[in-house]
Amino acid sequence: MFDQLSERLQSTLSDVRARGKLGESDIDSAMRDIRLALLEADVNFKVVKAFTKTLKERCLGAEVMDSLDPGQQVVKIVNEELADLMGGTGEEISLAASGPTVILMAGLQGSGKTTACAKLASYYGKQRKDVALAACDVYRPAAVDQLITMGRRAGAHVYEKGTDADPVEIAVWALERAREERRDFLIVDTAGRLHIDGDLMKELSQIRDRTKPDDVLLVVDAMTGQDAVGVAESFAEAAEFDGVVMTKLDGDARGGAALSVKAVTGKPIMFASTGEKIEDFDRFHPDRMAQRILGMGDVLSLIEKAESQVDEKAAEELQEKLKKDQFTLEDFLTQMKQVRKMGPLSGILGMLPGMGAMKQLKNANIDERQLDRTEAIILSMTPSERADPHLIKGRRRKRIADGSGTKVQEVRALVKQFDQMRVMMRAMANGKMPDQQKLMQMAGQAPPRPKVRRR
Amino acid sequence: MIDLGSREPANVAPPAEAEPEQRRGVFRRLRESLSKSRQALQEEITASVFEKIDDETWELLEEALILADVGAPTTAAVVERLEHEVDSGAVPAEGPLIRDRLIEILAEVASTARAKIDLSAQPAVLMMVGVNGTGKTTTIGKIAWHLSKEFGLSVVMGAGDTYRAAAAEQLAEWADRAGAELVRGQAGADPGSVAYDAVSAGVARNADVVIVDTAGRLHTQDNLMEELAKVRRVIAKLIPEAPHETLISIDATTGQNGLRQAKVFSEAAEVDGVVLTKLDGTAKGGIALAIAAELGIPVKLIGVGEKLEDLRPFDPAEYAAALLAE
Repeated sequence: MFDQLSERLQSTLSDVRARGKLGESDIDSAMRDIRLALLEADVNFKVVKAFTKTLKERCLGAEVMDSLDPGQQVVKIVNEELADLMGGTGEEISLAASGPTVILMAGLQGSGKTTACAKLASYYGKQRKDVALAACDVYRPAAVDQLITMGRRAGAHVYEKGTDADPVEIAVWALERAREERRDFLIVDTAGRLHIDGDLMKELSQIRDRTKPDDVLLVVDAMTGQDAVGVAESFAEAAEFDGVVMTKLDGDARGGAALSVKAVTGKPIMFASTGEKIEDFDRFHPDRMAQRILGMGDVLSLIEKAESQVDEKAAEELQEKLKKDQFTLEDFLTQMKQVRKMGPLSGILGMLPGMGAMKQLKNANIDERQLDRTEAIILSMTPSERADPHLIKGRRRKRIADGSGTKVQEVRALVKQFDQMRVMMRAMANGKMPDQQKLMQMAGQAPPRPKVRRR
Repeated sequence: MIDLGSREPANVAPPAEAEPEQRRGVFRRLRESLSKSRQALQEEITASVFEKIDDETWELLEEALILADVGAPTTAAVVERLEHEVDSGAVPAEGPLIRDRLIEILAEVASTARAKIDLSAQPAVLMMVGVNGTGKTTTIGKIAWHLSKEFGLSVVMGAGDTYRAAAAEQLAEWADRAGAELVRGQAGADPGSVAYDAVSAGVARNADVVIVDTAGRLHTQDNLMEELAKVRRVIAKLIPEAPHETLISIDATTGQNGLRQAKVFSEAAEVDGVVLTKLDGTAKGGIALAIAAELGIPVKLIGVGEKLEDLRPFDPAEYAAALLAE
């Protein structure tokens, strides 16, 4: 469903892009699709309304209408406005000047607080911090047990007094202990509560008043719908939270709630939980989330990355070589090294637009070691072999395999696939696009072979 | 609401005189719990919306339904239909009448594929699935309590959530309250084996109902969805028709992703109905309408609070009215 929508949105944007001149009705229809895509992503209705209004005004403004390429301008504006709405590149937790940094976690039931507490503990634990957890959820059956078990996995100490003590007292007592034991962090888990439950909200503000946390984090489920705004507003009032932890982002929810919360309360999303495992937890990048919401991939940073790594002149030379069919294994090696400088390949794939829709590729787990082997094979060749792989026959093949610590079959496969690739690339360099299927087939065969591993 | 098959009504039905009392309780509680969410909606659907019937009226209606998480496609379908009926004169262009008709249409959408919870077999196997944190274990605890305390049925519970720390302990507390027998495995044990043991225990003791809990999982985790299908196969080895009823819990605060959840879980585990939980917040749970309209999976139960009696049969008309009531 989301894929359909983002496809539709992308086709709207490319429609707009393809057109030389844009009328108001073109802009209107693009705005309608953008509005729909945002609503399907659970961005709050009011936020959407305000957003599309600003967007439309800008699109109807002179910068688009007088531009040589109005379509391109619209796409640029959508990107800018969305990034602006999400707010910058992320903010940091504030640390205590002395003594333990106290982080208070709050949220609705089932938003994933206890798990988030343990993950946050593990996150700081990995930075060699001494982290303790305070078990203040005395209401949900077995919540304390869960925190003890998960805290152990995270390597954090858990302060608990069972379920009979008062949560405010537990928090205060835990803080004293944390100070005495000179912990670096104290993360306070609280019971899930409805934002309209007056008593529990009062308890939360009491914990806040008594422990004076350095940061209050609101835990929000990425799948939350329109109500996220109301929840965030209530929690902002009772707990004055500083930032948001977004959980369950590993699903296919677009997480529009994140955007709404930021837009309405001005509080940034600080962390995101992206998987079942305790280490699936990291800092949040709002700009990337904006792209994800529109299903556009992280093209901008991919381009930036490529620009910083690829030498323009070298690229032109390569283009010439491809046209003249002079592309050698030596060039291939250079190319591969350049691409690899950009970071792990699986990460690069994730930045490509439309990858969300391609399930096999999304889950593809590219074996970086396979790339090392390919490099080793080429490095074991003589310059003349690299220039003309057809020289590689029986004994040379054996020598290369021995030299690179690989098998004869692997050397043979590499040469064969290089041949196929050259044919394809020559066609592309001459402006002919090979048909998609053939390209995919080749991607499956060529080294590096992407290993499709399902979780 | 619940099909108990050939079991003696005297054994299973709550005392007849308690019925009206209980019904009132349902209404009151639902109204109470929805009152706060209603306030928000009322701001959108005030009488003035219908004072003058024009494009703005329909736009405001759309807005109200979108804000209730009904989702764009279902909202568009409902409002279009209403608009068409008013334009054609089938519904008089008068505010209160239009609102009543809107409630009717919403109720109609919500009552798609209405069916009872099928517990007619002996033992009947009920399986609970859903995403993490949507309230599966709590719902199971409450269902067990109702079946056992109100209907006098013997219940066996299977603690199939062997993944989440302390999930079995949580269920054990519920089993204790409900007076149900709990079958549990080691932490990290194969959920299929726990389900197998629970159903075997149910058969051996000639229990009325076996309720199987499962670990919360995101519907995007293919291997975990496959695990659910496996749990079903394991249960079917003992009783070919089982599980007789599979319910998915959907958190009322869930947005449009709820539709994906219902669809993917349904593909893996043949979901028969939805339990819409946490309706006591300000969220309106409109995603349930979308699920009914687009997937034909009905809401069967709703959770409107933490108390045992806060798990209730779903009444579409009542729900639609409560959403829009002044």
